[in-house]
Amino acid sequence: MVPKSLFSHRLRAAKMAIRIQQVDFDLTTEITNLRNGDLQVGAITSFVGTVRDMNEGSTVNAMTLEHYPGMTEKALEDIVDQAKARWDIRDALVIHRIGPLMPADQIVLVAVTSAHRGESFLACEFIMDYLKTAAPFWKKEDTPEGGRWVDARVTDDAAATRWNQKKPVS
Amino acid sequence: MKLQLRYFASIRETLGLEQESIELPVEVRTVDDLRAHLRLRGGIWDEVLGEGMVLRCALNHQMVNSSTELVDGAEVAFFPPVTGG
Repeated sequence: MVPKSLFSHRLRAAKMAIRIQQVDFDLTTEITNLRNGDLQVGAITSFVGTVRDMNEGSTVNAMTLEHYPGMTEKALEDIVDQAKARWDIRDALVIHRIGPLMPADQIVLVAVTSAHRGESFLACEFIMDYLKTAAPFWKKEDTPEGGRWVDARVTDDAAATRWNQKKPVS
Repeated sequence: MKLQLRYFASIRETLGLEQESIELPVEVRTVDDLRAHLRLRGGIWDEVLGEGMVLRCALNHQMVNSSTELVDGAEVAFFPPVTGG
């Protein structure tokens, strides 16, 4: 006998949360909250992006992340909605930090839950690839030569567009 | 047509301007028209919004392309290609 309360717990609607924040995040806490006792979850994929101390041949002392409040949330929600439409996922979470960051700091977290690993792996990578090219964030690095805005990478565009050629996994 | 313009990242920094309200002449109808119109201010405007500069534009928080028609009362933002993540 499965208690009724367990069923209602399991059928709780997924939140698909987006968060833009200055403060750091704790991966374990976030994953626990994302799972939220959902007994249908059999796979959790997470990606954490961190600040490197070197870029384009220069030492990076610190970094500042700017974004477009209002559009950022919309863009990320749209990306997560696309992932949800493409793959059978249970829930997703995107946290992106803004403001001043130091080398080794965490910048971004994308976490996806699903019944099986295939969906969560693909959806996590898809969300990250689209975030890189469609979410309005900009990095400014503080280097010994002064401040400089990070240039967009052509490889990021290629990573995002390749999803258009891939057939959705059903 | 009246618009609220916003500038971000290197564009905001170079122009020394975050946002402004603008009243446009009737012939300015698309994003490209707007860009050309702003370039007529000359100097740094002509440089930052020049042909050689790779820019992105958002209309009411949606990424749009250069031929997109403007909408009265909209918020239009110009910024460089994004570099988050």
